[in-house]
Amino acid sequence: MSLARKLTTPLTPEVVRSLKRGDAVEVSGLMVTGRDALHKLWVKTWPEYPDLDLRGAVLYHCGPVMRKEKNGSWSVLAAGPTTSIREEPYQAAVIGKYGFGGVVGKGGMGLKTLAGLKEHGAVYLHAIGGAAQVLAQRVVRVLGVRHLEELGVPEAMWIYEVKDFPLIVTMDAHGDSLHEEVRKGSKEVLDELLGRKKPAA
Amino acid sequence: MAQKKPKKPARPVPAKKGVARREPVPAKGRAVRPRPVAKKPSPATKPSPAKKAGPVVAKKPVPSDPFGEKALVATFTELIRRAATSMPPDILAAIEAARDREAEGSVARETLGVLLENSRIAAATSRPVCQDTGMPLFEVAVPRGVSIRAIEKAAAKATEVATATGYLRPNSVDTLSGKNTGNAPGRGMPIVHVHEHSRSGLKADLILKGGGCENVGAQYSLPNSELGADRDLDGVKRIVLDAVFQAQGKGCSPGILGVCMGGDRASGMGEAKRQLFRKLGDRSPEPALAAAEEELLTKGNLLGVGPMGFGGKTTLLGVKMSHLARLPASYFVSVSYMCWATRRASVEVSSSGKAVYAQ
Repeated sequence: MSLARKLTTPLTPEVVRSLKRGDAVEVSGLMVTGRDALHKLWVKTWPEYPDLDLRGAVLYHCGPVMRKEKNGSWSVLAAGPTTSIREEPYQAAVIGKYGFGGVVGKGGMGLKTLAGLKEHGAVYLHAIGGAAQVLAQRVVRVLGVRHLEELGVPEAMWIYEVKDFPLIVTMDAHGDSLHEEVRKGSKEVLDELLGRKKPAA
Repeated sequence: MAQKKPKKPARPVPAKKGVARREPVPAKGRAVRPRPVAKKPSPATKPSPAKKAGPVVAKKPVPSDPFGEKALVATFTELIRRAATSMPPDILAAIEAARDREAEGSVARETLGVLLENSRIAAATSRPVCQDTGMPLFEVAVPRGVSIRAIEKAAAKATEVATATGYLRPNSVDTLSGKNTGNAPGRGMPIVHVHEHSRSGLKADLILKGGGCENVGAQYSLPNSELGADRDLDGVKRIVLDAVFQAQGKGCSPGILGVCMGGDRASGMGEAKRQLFRKLGDRSPEPALAAAEEELLTKGNLLGVGPMGFGGKTTLLGVKMSHLARLPASYFVSVSYMCWATRRASVEVSSSGKAVYAQ
């Protein structure tokens, strides 16, 4: 996205609060993957990562295709976003605990997370679903992995260094959500198509 | 061509014969010998060769069987590679046309452009279009006599090989233990349906359907008063529009809908999903359904959900409808939502072992 604003982690509270719903950004820096099993593990045991500073880093809802090379290093073969709403019960608490400045995924999240973003100063960043190759190319280095044995490749916590990772701010730290706006607009059209009266908001 | 083995003198031992027949299977799914009927008589049930020593022709080592498990592992692995890494041309053309319809500089237009770029990279590098390489669904039509078990085993083995190669993600989680099976296929995964047809060749269709879009699929029971949907085609159309609305961008729009009216809960959803094998230009042979497909595509796009739910003119790429008989008491509408990355591929294997792939 050509007009994207460039951001580098750690995303400070000032930067985060300057972002608005609908902004296109490109993020560089520290990103960790985390999806269903990891969120569940987090809220149950709250593991510490003393060698990893997650403050202002970006959490990515992604279960990548990884390949272990002969020299023991890992390659990212595909890394698009997974549906975020499944982490809705846990997300606000996870942001509060680890201090992520951004949550990356697809499909948007609910009101609990929206409130959490506002409270902790974080944004929800929408990646393009299915763009696994374009996005994998923006992962410049695999810095490590946690919980690989217990969770398996897609669910493990992969630690990436990314460069110019293209994203859209769809939920900002001020309580605005593009998803709510699109949902509202499409609801009006649907009601019209079905010949229904608009329900009271 | 045929890699003929020297004829064994007189009495080949059945067990060895079995081995010989499976030997010459080249990598690319092009099996070697013309041997249309694939049914392999097991050594145990075979009449003893000793008793039929006379006609030597019948005693040649049986050549590789293009419909046997070993040859099909190679064929199906290639089929998976194609489906996972290269997008069908009709889908790409539809995304391109949609991109050009979206407003200059809009997020919708940019997004559709990224989908095209992504598809180009995936095809050029033989890497998965999407990291969720999906639930493999094989629909295989075979000539009479081909072993169904061999097809099922070959599909499972090919899934394993493709996973180890990186065409597929280790995508199978044992639901009871919660553990990812690693490269191994899981219980009921891949899904393999085999049926007999009257032709001499084998045809396999494969679709890889990711979890994000599978999750937004829906099944409704009519009537539905909230949607004003009665038990008729108009009611079905109302349901479909609601399903598109409910999905928003979560199924990785622009999506393709497979819809089935009727059937029971299981058969209806199966038939809905099978519609996703149809090409975008394909219209239902039922005039009423063909018209409904057009109408719902237009109306679905009016909703303004747009690519990924960012807003825009492109919410759907296609709507495919079918119908099944129902019980008087039931009226189900099943909607299977497929993401933009509609990864499908097919292969036809002739009785001589020639494999032709298509998307």
